[in-house]
Amino acid sequence: MAEMDTSSGGGHKKGPGVKKPKKLSTRVDLTPMVDLGFLLITFFVFTTTMSKPTVMKMNEPKDEKDPKTQMLVKESAVMTLLLGKEDKIYYYYGTLKAETASEQFKTSDFKAIRQLILDKKRAVPDGDKLKSDLMYIIKADKESKFKNIIDILDEMSINAVPPGHYAEVDMTDTEAGLIKMTETANGIK
Amino acid sequence: MGRAKIPRKSTNIDMTAMCDVAFLLLSFFILATKQKPPEAVTVQAPTSVQSKAAPEKSILVTLTKEGKCFLMLGDDTKKKEILKNINDTRGLGLSDAELAKWSKMPFIGAPLGQIKGILGLSQAVPADKLEGIPIKDSANNELVDWVRSITNAYAGGSQKDLEETILIKGDMDAKYPEFKNIKFALKKNDIYKFRIVTNSETIPPGSELYNKPKDQKTNF
Repeated sequence: MAEMDTSSGGGHKKGPGVKKPKKLSTRVDLTPMVDLGFLLITFFVFTTTMSKPTVMKMNEPKDEKDPKTQMLVKESAVMTLLLGKEDKIYYYYGTLKAETASEQFKTSDFKAIRQLILDKKRAVPDGDKLKSDLMYIIKADKESKFKNIIDILDEMSINAVPPGHYAEVDMTDTEAGLIKMTETANGIK
Repeated sequence: MGRAKIPRKSTNIDMTAMCDVAFLLLSFFILATKQKPPEAVTVQAPTSVQSKAAPEKSILVTLTKEGKCFLMLGDDTKKKEILKNINDTRGLGLSDAELAKWSKMPFIGAPLGQIKGILGLSQAVPADKLEGIPIKDSANNELVDWVRSITNAYAGGSQKDLEETILIKGDMDAKYPEFKNIKFALKKNDIYKFRIVTNSETIPPGSELYNKPKDQKTNF
């Protein structure tokens, strides 16, 4: 491998006056080189980002100003998800009525919301006309983070909610007020 | 008493083989690793279950934790067109030399009013010193102008190509209103479909998506 055969000298004449050249070992200690090699490997392994970035498609609806052309959804098939501060989710079914608001308005988080989304999806019977009415309305509070909105959209794909059955809508003042109230009650600053 | 003599063996090991292995692995890692594209600012992208890889050449809108917006124009020829277009439409009054200098900058992260001043400086301003493109509210959203220039430069090509080129990369902790303002800028220019850069995450086992046939998983 790293040694060379030096024993076979050329066709030199060996006379009494010719001095034999001293044989030097050609062996090189490769340990430092191995050290260096592995050091570089470790460096490359640690600095490399293995995860490749992926992309998520987003489809935004056109803003409809005219209430006549706005899409109406069936109340019984709607679940509204509100994203709040500190990764909290607030939700309610149907429309929020002033007198029953405290009962309708519930608090949840990203761990529990998957099951709730799924339950709502299953609660609407299959093959029924209602199935095509199934709608999740997502509203993000101004204090919620970018991560939250991506996570909730991701939950939609995890639960295989078909595109077009969930939408992002601006939050109303009533809802923002309710979130604020719940947050103060739960001690979230 | 006769003691069994233990023959002394040399402790020298031939390191050549190990050296070979080390450098083989090293060359493999160097070649297999793709160099990270230069980024204006580092942001921690959120995770999603999407599995589609991000395209190489793209227009990247970056949103940092502090709510600053940066723009990176990928393609060099298009970049010149975009810069020229915004120079004309917004009346920045930049000379050709200044435009050429501008196109060499890797990213844009300053209000249009400050561009001329920044170009006059001999040294490039680091990203954390820049203000970012103003996106604070819908009345003063310069990203709208930028996206308009981008659509002008890409005019003639298909809308689908343009939609696939625009990427939004936001920090996990960026606030929602800023993201909404970026969306506003795109929607204002009739771009309703765009992409968001995320890091991949495994699909939770047992979920509806997990149980779907493989070819349907990427439809979302």
